[in-house]
Amino acid sequence: MTTETILWLIPLPPLLAFFLIVLLTNRSRGLSHSVAIGAAFLSWLGSMVVFVRALGVHELGRHPFAQSVPWLPTADTWLKIGVYLDPLSAAVLFFVAWTILMIFIYSVGYHNYGQSEGDHDVKGLPPHGATVTDAHGHKHKVPSVEPMYSRFFAFISLFAFGMYLLVVSDNLLTLFVGWEIMGLCSYLLIGFWYGKPSARDAAIKAFMTTRIGDVFMLLGIAFLYSATGSLSFDVIFSEKVLHTLASVPTPILGLSAAGLISLLLFIGTVGKSAQWPLHVWLPDAMEGPTPVSAMIHAATMVSAGVYAVIRMFPLLHLDAGTMSIVAFIGAFTALFAATIAVAQNDIKRVLAYSTISQLGYMIAAAGIGAYVAAAFHLITHAFFKALLFLGSGSVIHGMEHGVLHTGEHIDPQNMFNMGGLRKKMPITFWTFLIGGFALAGFPVLTAGFWSKDEILADAFAHGHLGVFVTLAVAAFLTAFYTMRQITLTFLGEPRTKAAEHAQETPWTMTLPLIVLSIFAIGYGWVGIPEHFPLLGGLLPNWFHEFVGSTLSEVPEVAPFNWTPLLTSLLVSLGGLGLGWWVYRGVRTPAEDKFQIPLLKNKWYFDEAYQFLFVRPSYWFAEKVVYLVLDKGLIDGLLHAIGHSAAVIGTTLRTYIDKAIINETIGDGTAHVIKSTGSGLRPIQSGRLQQYMVASLLVFILITGLLYYFLVLA
Amino acid sequence: MIPLSWYLFLSAALFSVGVFGVLARRNAVAILLAIELMLNAVNINLVAFWRYLTPTQMSGQVFAIIVLAVAAAEVAVGLALVISVYRRRQTAVADELDLLKW
Repeated sequence: MTTETILWLIPLPPLLAFFLIVLLTNRSRGLSHSVAIGAAFLSWLGSMVVFVRALGVHELGRHPFAQSVPWLPTADTWLKIGVYLDPLSAAVLFFVAWTILMIFIYSVGYHNYGQSEGDHDVKGLPPHGATVTDAHGHKHKVPSVEPMYSRFFAFISLFAFGMYLLVVSDNLLTLFVGWEIMGLCSYLLIGFWYGKPSARDAAIKAFMTTRIGDVFMLLGIAFLYSATGSLSFDVIFSEKVLHTLASVPTPILGLSAAGLISLLLFIGTVGKSAQWPLHVWLPDAMEGPTPVSAMIHAATMVSAGVYAVIRMFPLLHLDAGTMSIVAFIGAFTALFAATIAVAQNDIKRVLAYSTISQLGYMIAAAGIGAYVAAAFHLITHAFFKALLFLGSGSVIHGMEHGVLHTGEHIDPQNMFNMGGLRKKMPITFWTFLIGGFALAGFPVLTAGFWSKDEILADAFAHGHLGVFVTLAVAAFLTAFYTMRQITLTFLGEPRTKAAEHAQETPWTMTLPLIVLSIFAIGYGWVGIPEHFPLLGGLLPNWFHEFVGSTLSEVPEVAPFNWTPLLTSLLVSLGGLGLGWWVYRGVRTPAEDKFQIPLLKNKWYFDEAYQFLFVRPSYWFAEKVVYLVLDKGLIDGLLHAIGHSAAVIGTTLRTYIDKAIINETIGDGTAHVIKSTGSGLRPIQSGRLQQYMVASLLVFILITGLLYYFLVLA
Repeated sequence: MIPLSWYLFLSAALFSVGVFGVLARRNAVAILLAIELMLNAVNINLVAFWRYLTPTQMSGQVFAIIVLAVAAAEVAVGLALVISVYRRRQTAVADELDLLKW
């Protein structure tokens, strides 16, 4: 098969799997997950084949794999649908395929496949555990299988379709379609346990918040289409079109058309990648099952936003104003989210804020022009953050086992209920440690170090000192809260009985952890800068060359400088060390000196939005829309119509229907016939002789008439 | 020779007497008798017209004989009916036999 054909086929298996599961196999759990994982595997296989072939092409950026067919006729042009594979999408496809496949496998174990059904489990709530009796007659409480097991696999299959579609599409429209499919799946999966009010609220919050960004993104797409007449990447990124867009002014903020379009598209990314000020949905999205958190809210969907920014980079970097907005929002988000993560106690929420922070890193990198570094961090982050989320899911799973075993009523996600898990769950511990160190940027060994270092080096080399300092502080905080998390969760002694009885998770969950941890270490080595002391040049800086060739001019590698490297070393090691030192003996939240209310309450953003947007909306909905518009105006109008119709109807009924039709025509006819009948009744006397007289008279009359008319006339 | 019109007058008079009898008599047997009168008036007509207009053809006489036969049959049925009604209702007065009434 040609590479283009494979590209066409890559998104399809998950879509087929979705329909298969929904329509046919949803009764059988094993069949459903086999279908889903089989589909994910096929897509993975296709992606790997395409990736390997892409590696073999010289100057793939100039000669990307591309194929398109006309799709929708629009006046005198066609909207085209097609596939496109340049170095950027090849690199993204690589990590998407791996993380999706791993998360699919992990989900089998996470949802307790093979365990018995729960005692009181209902659909829409997390499984509560089942009681089993062992060989000795002892009763144990063990985790039970998810009641809506097949449904979960259907949803994540649809999600995988959306992500693959987004990555391989050659135009903004199908990219947006994939984007929205993922938005829908995110809503469905956050609200997967819809019996919990918090999950419902979180699903709505996520959908509404990302919708704000999506509307702006759609506006941007519409503007781009009206300005250029095409949405295909190869058309809009041609030099002529870019030049035109850069020179056309717009009435808004004095931006050029290119600047305004990329700003609008960037707002879409702000929503999808949870950047400040639309970051509020992502932490709440942790209400969903953990594989969902890993897949949608760490590895793939939020990465899609960054992917879109990097994809639109040729357009973005035309306007310096937009670039600085992007850089500011990214850097601010990176620092801001990192401060919140320090004070969170829920193991998944820490990771959620760290995701926001790391996405801010990438956005900031794109904003200062270091798009290769952004792409590099995007990919390493996807690997280690998926690893961390799956690891946290494994921890929660182990803790739930302990909770069920001991019957304690504690929150299995609160890190202050954990501790000492390294002995109970060694595989999870070591992989989580690798992921955490990669996130913290532990020097040399981990992938996170190389990608973060590249961003810092770029920021320093291009003179963006504000961004450099902000990101360095954020990196320090990242290392700090990561070590806090590891210390609280795995080190020390167990704080609860449940933690003592935690258990290592099944192989379906630990295998993906191991695979992802290999990438969390190894993927960094493809992007070691050439001039790095000692290690530079041992391996070629393959990533920079490969992804850098996406644009026609390959961006220069930032010259080596000791300042960013030393900063990078200092913040990561310092943060890790400090995190361990501060939290090594902490046993209760009260002993935690960093539980600052401002940080704990996320800078009161939820409250502020509640006050600024949600409550005014409710007020507007109730007082204005409901009472004035709906009840007053529309209901009034409808009632008026109803009343006048009733009046007309009554009038017609009284004067036309009853009076004329019923009484005159209907009853009248009957009356006439009846009275005629009773009037004529006496002549039917039954007396023969009267009849005979009557017939004689009639005979005489007729004869007389005949005589008169026929003879005399 | 007696002119034809005399026969016709006789016949008309006899028929009128019959009609009056049918319409005015109360007893059913009397009504049957009156019907016989009308039939015989017709017979007189038939025979008279035959004798004066077409003496060479036998049809007038034959017709009169058929009428006599029909009259005999009719009286037989009529009297049987009257006897049957009388047995059932103890009367032969036509006005009281109003079963055909509405």
